[in-house]
Amino acid sequence: MLRYAIRRLLFAIPTLLAISFVVFALLDLAPGDPTAQLPLTIPPEVREQIRQSLGIGQPFPVRYLRWLQQFLVNEPLNLLEAVLGAEIGDSGARLRVRSWATRSPVVDLVAERLPQTLTVVGISYLVAILIAVPVGVLSAYRQHSIFDRLGTVVTMIGFSVPTFFTGTVLIVIFSASLGWLPSIYDTTHRVTDLDSLVYQVKQMAMPVMVLALFNAAQISRFTRSAVLDTIHQEYVRTARAKGLTERVVVLIHVLRNSLIPVVTVLALGIPTTFAGAVITEQIFRINGIGALLIGAIEGADIPTVQTVTFLFAVLIVTFNLVADLLYGVLDPRIRYD
Amino acid sequence: MTEAVRSRTARRLRRHSGTIAGAAVLSLIALAVLFGPAVHDVDPQYLDYRAKNQGPSLDHPLGTDNLGRDTLAQMLAGGRISLAVGMAAMLLSLTLGTMVGVTAGYFHRFDGPLMRMTDLFLALPVLPLLLVTMMLFRDPLQSALGPEAGIFILIVAVIGITSWMQTARIVRGQVLAIKQWEYVVAARSIGARPLRIIVLHIFPNALSPIVVAATLGIAQAIITESALSFLGLGFPSDFPTWGRLLYDGVPFLTLTPARVIWPGVAISVTVLSVNYLGDGLRDALDPHANVGDG
Repeated sequence: MLRYAIRRLLFAIPTLLAISFVVFALLDLAPGDPTAQLPLTIPPEVREQIRQSLGIGQPFPVRYLRWLQQFLVNEPLNLLEAVLGAEIGDSGARLRVRSWATRSPVVDLVAERLPQTLTVVGISYLVAILIAVPVGVLSAYRQHSIFDRLGTVVTMIGFSVPTFFTGTVLIVIFSASLGWLPSIYDTTHRVTDLDSLVYQVKQMAMPVMVLALFNAAQISRFTRSAVLDTIHQEYVRTARAKGLTERVVVLIHVLRNSLIPVVTVLALGIPTTFAGAVITEQIFRINGIGALLIGAIEGADIPTVQTVTFLFAVLIVTFNLVADLLYGVLDPRIRYD
Repeated sequence: MTEAVRSRTARRLRRHSGTIAGAAVLSLIALAVLFGPAVHDVDPQYLDYRAKNQGPSLDHPLGTDNLGRDTLAQMLAGGRISLAVGMAAMLLSLTLGTMVGVTAGYFHRFDGPLMRMTDLFLALPVLPLLLVTMMLFRDPLQSALGPEAGIFILIVAVIGITSWMQTARIVRGQVLAIKQWEYVVAARSIGARPLRIIVLHIFPNALSPIVVAATLGIAQAIITESALSFLGLGFPSDFPTWGRLLYDGVPFLTLTPARVIWPGVAISVTVLSVNYLGDGLRDALDPHANVGDG
């Protein structure tokens, strides 16, 4: 197991390096010049100096390696400093990936935007799991019942309807017609008392529901088929035959085994949910990571786009690894030799 | 009839009804966007300012937008593009996936490198990369190939290139199994060349999972295209798909909610029926599969 874990970890490193190269190279093909928007009265020498200060005068390999160094060495060191509260080396002289639009370090921008995305994505994923797992299990346990049929149809619909449509329909119903919920998410809102808490819950209701419904559909489809795979196993029949109560049979014999693949799928679904949040943030005007990415793309802010895109890749590779290892830890039948 | 047989029959009937309904609705939509413009022959780009933001009427069955364009005509024209993008992107992703899968499965030499490449593509952050590619290449391609062809080719290409991995994995698995079948071994032993064996013996047997992957691929491609258009990085307003119509309707959703509802319903119903069709095909074509069943 440990050898397998180390091997997987070592394989993740070249994958990430390859992806970082793809992301960097793709954006480097960008035809745009960041000084193109500046007034024409700026003399060419000054323009060249601005270009130098943005770090685009150097050849491609140098810029790529510097970006890697800034992202993989300098920023983790900064993070470590912030956590420990002590200075490591000469932190003032350390180069950082800076946004072309705001001139502030991209990592700081990400840190500003991350809490909004994490709250909405995190809560919606929890809601999705809380809805989906019981529905999937019950659906499989009472296969062919009305509940199962209805559940299958509803999950198929939830799985097929895109989030940008559910989002706009919810806005039409709850904001435009009924006026119950705000259609724009106010990130400057602070929870101080009961009223502001109620407002926070109100403004989170729609984005969370949109993401939760979409994820719940996928998770419950998967849970249902995972439970169906185990519920007809011989050992379940044995458990019933030796007179165990139905409760014990379902909770211990069926669930524990069928939830192993579900847990790994939950881990695999996290990066997808973050990517899906890009669209949800756009609908409800939440200024999270997705909004940062879209804004940077529209403003041709190349360093920000590179960093955020690469962060998404890190998320995917990490959770692929987590899912792989979880599977090995949870299921003793899996042997990696 | 025993309980088990009865329940199995009921199950099959129900599953077939879903598949048949999916196929029927899908053909209905295809017929509507193909022949609809001939019946409802209003120019989708005709501006009639005096008839703007109208509700349903005999002249405009689904109303008009803020520039007085007929919503039904726009829906029909947009559907053609949405479905065409779905089909074309699916074909591209299928071709790429099948080629990679067959090569990796048949030629042992290429198996390792090609599967590593597949893993790498699976780890790419697809949505951010799609958005970035659209931003970078939309204008150059549009000026090179014309506004309509440029954006169409770009969207089909980016969706196809980022969605072939599942097909490749499925096909590789099939090829690895079929390669060991006796008649394939026999064909090889009498000196048939790899290309002949692949085309005549392996491909026909690996076809059913490819068909299923193709069907589900259409749904995925339609969703991806409309998501790009919804984020404003897909088709332009003067050449709209369902996703773009939805995006353009959002600022007016208190005034004319129909502009948001109709394109959204069209995308959802199309994707839903494609998914039902794909699920049914999977069960029908693979008797050993018990996906979603016991």
